[in-house]
Amino acid sequence: MHNLSLGELADRLAGRQISSVELTRHFLARIERLNPSLNAVITVTAAQAVDSAAAADRRLAAGERGRLLGIPLIHKDIFCTDGVRTSCGSRMLDNFTAPYDATIVARLKAAGAVMLGKANMDEFAMGSSNETSYYGPVKNPWDTTKVPGGSSGGSAAALAARLAPVCTGTDTGGSIRQPAALTGITGVKPTYGRVSRYGMIAFASSLDQAGVFTRTAADAAAVLQIMAGFDPNDSTSVDTPVPDYPALLDAPLKGLKIGLLREFFDGLEDRNAALIHDALKTYLSFGADTVEVSLPHLPLSVPTYYVVAPAECSSNLSRFDGVRFGHRCAQPRDLEELYKRSRGEGFGAEVKRRIMTGTYVLSAGYFDAYYLKAQKVRRLITDDFRAAFEKVDLLVGPTTPTPAFAIGAKVNDPVTMYLNDIYTIGANLAGLPGLSIPCGYVDGLPMGLQLIGPHFSEARLLGAAHQFQRATAWHAHAPGGYE
Amino acid sequence: MIHRAYFCALARIFDTHMSLTRQDVEKIAHLARLSITEQEMPVYVTSLSSIVDFVAELSRVETSGVEPMAHPLDGQRQRLRPDVVSESDHHEKYQLNAPSVQAGLYVVPRVIE
Repeated sequence: MHNLSLGELADRLAGRQISSVELTRHFLARIERLNPSLNAVITVTAAQAVDSAAAADRRLAAGERGRLLGIPLIHKDIFCTDGVRTSCGSRMLDNFTAPYDATIVARLKAAGAVMLGKANMDEFAMGSSNETSYYGPVKNPWDTTKVPGGSSGGSAAALAARLAPVCTGTDTGGSIRQPAALTGITGVKPTYGRVSRYGMIAFASSLDQAGVFTRTAADAAAVLQIMAGFDPNDSTSVDTPVPDYPALLDAPLKGLKIGLLREFFDGLEDRNAALIHDALKTYLSFGADTVEVSLPHLPLSVPTYYVVAPAECSSNLSRFDGVRFGHRCAQPRDLEELYKRSRGEGFGAEVKRRIMTGTYVLSAGYFDAYYLKAQKVRRLITDDFRAAFEKVDLLVGPTTPTPAFAIGAKVNDPVTMYLNDIYTIGANLAGLPGLSIPCGYVDGLPMGLQLIGPHFSEARLLGAAHQFQRATAWHAHAPGGYE
Repeated sequence: MIHRAYFCALARIFDTHMSLTRQDVEKIAHLARLSITEQEMPVYVTSLSSIVDFVAELSRVETSGVEPMAHPLDGQRQRLRPDVVSESDHHEKYQLNAPSVQAGLYVVPRVIE
């Protein structure tokens, strides 16, 4: 059951060959058996899941049909879930029970999806390896000495280990695409504003976007169809109609112009480059054309991001003050000590580092030199993308510079860690949709092919990914022991 | 500012060769209302300095006449909604998460003597 596509599962549920309760118990049993060695899921909502599945079965019995009706899923623990602990991977929120559902949680619930639990993540989504979580690192199911990527590392590892057929995630600088690449699965980051962020704990508000992990692009299309759309509760949510993503998966790719980013291939390791070129041959066989393009400012993405994102983080995380919710230190002498010690104890090292970086670049005397400068370079990078999309329909390249690295290898060197996101950050700065799909192996570990498109081109990206997956089998491979 | 810059420069030459001094990090931590322990402090001086050095690369980029970009979707306007009540009172539910509440109010250490 755990290797079936969402379409196959929906058919079996509709045909009453399986019930949602059976399906839910199957995945709960896998979580119980396989999660202890992965640490991918930090809250299991078993009783609630079985109740939701029974409710889905009643809707199915009454003749209702839906792509996600009765389908189990796991939410990244950044999304508020009414009545369920929502920790954001932090000691700060270890005691926090969300009082309402995030919009995407409510939408998926209304569609009949069954929440199995909440996934581990880098603390407040700050990390590229899922090592900054208060709940300990997540292990990569392909090799448990390796990281699964981050920040949505728990979601990616859970999906790759077949603990659920759908996991949600968020992507601020690559936090869906990078872990999808390192765990051999499909991860989709939609256009900024395409999916509501209401009830998604904020990290960097001009970059954050919610998305999804699945095994295939066709599955992702079915989930995104329900997640996407206008939400009056999110002031950055965009009020444009949501296309029928599943219906558009087979739109012909003949004549599609694929841009090869010179900056993505400069210095790319040979074996990684070979995988990308093999993938391009598949696209050429569909009748697509390739065009080389250059985005001269793209190499500045990482320093730009590491000014903009910490600045926004320092502002967003000022709400955690030990007064209204979250961790409060014991016996503070006065209000200032209450703030300082509650925050000092509640936040981990990387979160404190980013808050302080952001505080510094926003402080008097440094604002123009760092923050305003970064916002200007952000525009130059965005203009480069815009110019490229006048010549090509989408951009193709690697998702990450290397396969999954060893747990502990980069924890003491933040700048080296930040460079993991060198290929993914550009799309966040420009608000573009992107996705990662598996395209082969380096050193026996999965690698990702990244597709980036213009704003609101999700249908084309999903179609291009789907047709690649019909012609290849990388996405069907499961890590050993999780087949 | 000149004095501060001078002393920072001196500190850099004589103490640490870091682009941020311990005093800088203490000030930043205070602005961010974060308590930093003695053991953590040298780690932050080193790592924040390396981040500041890393992002300093941006200063070499020519950006005269470039409009700063605050929102990734140009032309997107922040919406206004009609000023009507849309939420009911949930304060009791919300305050279940509060560390200390009395009579519907959040309790903090005494602020006024």
